Amino acid sequence: MINVDIHAKHFGPVQVLGRVQFDIAPGETVALLGPSGVGKSTILRIVAGIDTQFEGTIVRPDALAFVFQEPTLLPWRSALDNLLLTQSGLDRQTALAALDRVGLASKEDAFPGQMSLGQQRRLALARAFAGSPDLLIMDEPFVSLDPKMAEQMISLTETLIKEARPATLFVTHAKAEAERLADRILEVKGQPATLCSLQ
Amino acid sequence: MMIGMRITTVLSIIGLFGLWIIAAMLTNDPQVLPFPWALNAPFRQELASGDLLFHLGATLVRVVWAFTLAMGLGCVLGFIMGRCPKINRWLDPWLVVFLNLPALVLIVLCYLWIGLNETAAILAVTLNKIPNVATMIREGARALDQNLDAMAQVYRMSWFARIRHVIVPQLAPFITAAARTGVAVIWKIVLVVEFLGRSSGVGFQIHLYFQLFDVAMVLVYALSFISVMLIVEWVLLQPWERRVRRWRSA
Repeated sequence: MINVDIHAKHFGPVQVLGRVQFDIAPGETVALLGPSGVGKSTILRIVAGIDTQFEGTIVRPDALAFVFQEPTLLPWRSALDNLLLTQSGLDRQTALAALDRVGLASKEDAFPGQMSLGQQRRLALARAFAGSPDLLIMDEPFVSLDPKMAEQMISLTETLIKEARPATLFVTHAKAEAERLADRILEVKGQPATLCSLQ
Repeated sequence: MMIGMRITTVLSIIGLFGLWIIAAMLTNDPQVLPFPWALNAPFRQELASGDLLFHLGATLVRVVWAFTLAMGLGCVLGFIMGRCPKINRWLDPWLVVFLNLPALVLIVLCYLWIGLNETAAILAVTLNKIPNVATMIREGARALDQNLDAMAQVYRMSWFARIRHVIVPQLAPFITAAARTGVAVIWKIVLVVEFLGRSSGVGFQIHLYFQLFDVAMVLVYALSFISVMLIVEWVLLQPWERRVRRWRSA
């Protein structure tokens, strides 16, 4: 069980988050929905342990993966190395299988700069799932993709989540995405931001 | 394209020699400026005696020591200053002072405080170069991608893996620039250090032939060491730069 209990988060004198409290059960997918700039990504960064300057407590598993808004790959390393270097203990065959699973079977030696944005996002997704995470965090993973590509990525993500069944927390401002992928939707709103349940 | 660039380089060097020949004709005094081909005999004489290789070697060893120390310490200092604003606030005034301290002052002070020995010579050169390296690396450290930092943190990359695969590749253009300017500057300072207080090296020989007003020998030693440094540039630095930039052009 993942337990999030944030009492407050400040950026300088400005309080951006108020009380934010929720749990995620193993295998459950939770969406955080809300307008841009309300503090959704800040919640994700706190849950992931990237931002430690907050009041509250987070209980999370060690094995977690993060899909960032941008692919956030190592541009100077090949697609295969992007998996092997970020997932300790991952062997080459498993990494190749992970690339194959997202449709990048022939791209193992390609640098991210040689790939399209869609392929880079697939690679980021492969990296996230390659380590079999207990908690998957995604920060608007389908933003800035054209509708066709976004649909492909949502389908692929949906399939991968169903296969691996990690606890998943993701942020979106598209209600349709949230309704399609999530078991539960939490709306982030207000200043400082707090949560309310939509579903 | 590549062939065109090489032809331009060759023509440029021929032009430089042409200028030299014209200047030698105008001065019309081999003691002031000999023709390029007039250096052949003194060059062969120094090579045959072993003096040229001995002094080139002595200078090269000092350059390697000073370069290694300046790059190592400068990279660490620059990285820490780029990543820790508090430390940067403390050390930035020092950096400004050392950047503006003339090389000659540091050399003289090192010789006065430590003595006329190798330690003082190498330390003087190293201290002269560290501020430049630190300044360049500090800019690189400030420009590090925070998202990649976060990614490395989330995926629990080891300390060594972060340095090797996340940080160093981002700093590579800055390290390369610092290394190339470092080599160019360091060997010139090494010559001054040798000129002022060593009994071996190209700088010492130039000092000797300066006193004898032997322009040909001064040019033989200077051009020999320029050749060595060009070989270092072409054989080591440029291939290394191409390697670290490989992913950009892929």
